Amino acid sequence: MIEDFAFGALGGLMIGCAAALLLLGNGRIMGASGILGGLVDGSSWGAWQQPALFVAGVVGAPAIAVYGLGWSGETNATLNPVLLILAGLCVGIGTRLANGCTSGHGVCGMSRLSLRGIVATLIYLAAGFATVYLAKHVLGVL
Amino acid sequence: MRSVISLLAGALFGLGLLVSDMVNTQKVQGWLDLFGAWDPTLAFVLGGGIIPMFFAWRLTKARAAPITGGTFPAPPNPRISQDLALGSVLFGVGWGLVGLCPGPAMASISFGGWSGALFMAAMLAGMAILPRLRRGPIGGLIRGS
Repeated sequence: MIEDFAFGALGGLMIGCAAALLLLGNGRIMGASGILGGLVDGSSWGAWQQPALFVAGVVGAPAIAVYGLGWSGETNATLNPVLLILAGLCVGIGTRLANGCTSGHGVCGMSRLSLRGIVATLIYLAAGFATVYLAKHVLGVL
Repeated sequence: MRSVISLLAGALFGLGLLVSDMVNTQKVQGWLDLFGAWDPTLAFVLGGGIIPMFFAWRLTKARAAPITGGTFPAPPNPRISQDLALGSVLFGVGWGLVGLCPGPAMASISFGGWSGALFMAAMLAGMAILPRLRRGPIGGLIRGS
């Protein structure tokens, strides 16, 4: 467990440094849902190159690490297609409606003490705690 | 230069998600299982991510512009909208059900198998239909940010 915390903090520092690089280098907020969503719904098609390059890095670097360097990478995700589709729709619609997710509101918003970022993070955390409690301990679907 | 920074930031973000094991849905759902076998790892990830960004935001106040030009983001909007609350509830529900959010869903797409691909397809569909939902019969519920 202690090792997990150390790798968690190290990975977190890497995520924070990536966000700092994008902010200080290009003046952009590193929000995964905003960058991906802009490419999907067309709102960033006027300047799609930088978001596309960011996505290429997010997808490509772990692929190289796992397949080229032999790092372990497993999602252990549920194989229930109904859960996967329902959850995907909720995350897709929810993050775009709220204008941010764990990276945009959580890392970038909270670190600048943005009220919106802090409130969003508290709400999605509470909803996540409640969902896992209900789905796992009450309904038994997880 | 701008393109190199975008690609590098994406790569570092993806590797950070892999190193911290946030691509592992069991770690994420373990964090959200507050009333079960709670796994606090995600707090270290979030804390680790916030520290460099705290200093980065301070640096934006000392500098006139980003390295590659342009402007820094505007000050945060303080308004807590209905969209922010409703969207965050929806996001939290989906995050809890499967344990994936947009960053890790992208970072794990190469090794996540069909389940990762199906989640990604549904998430992209959700992102794509939101503008249409706003114009449809439930558009009054979602006001548009």
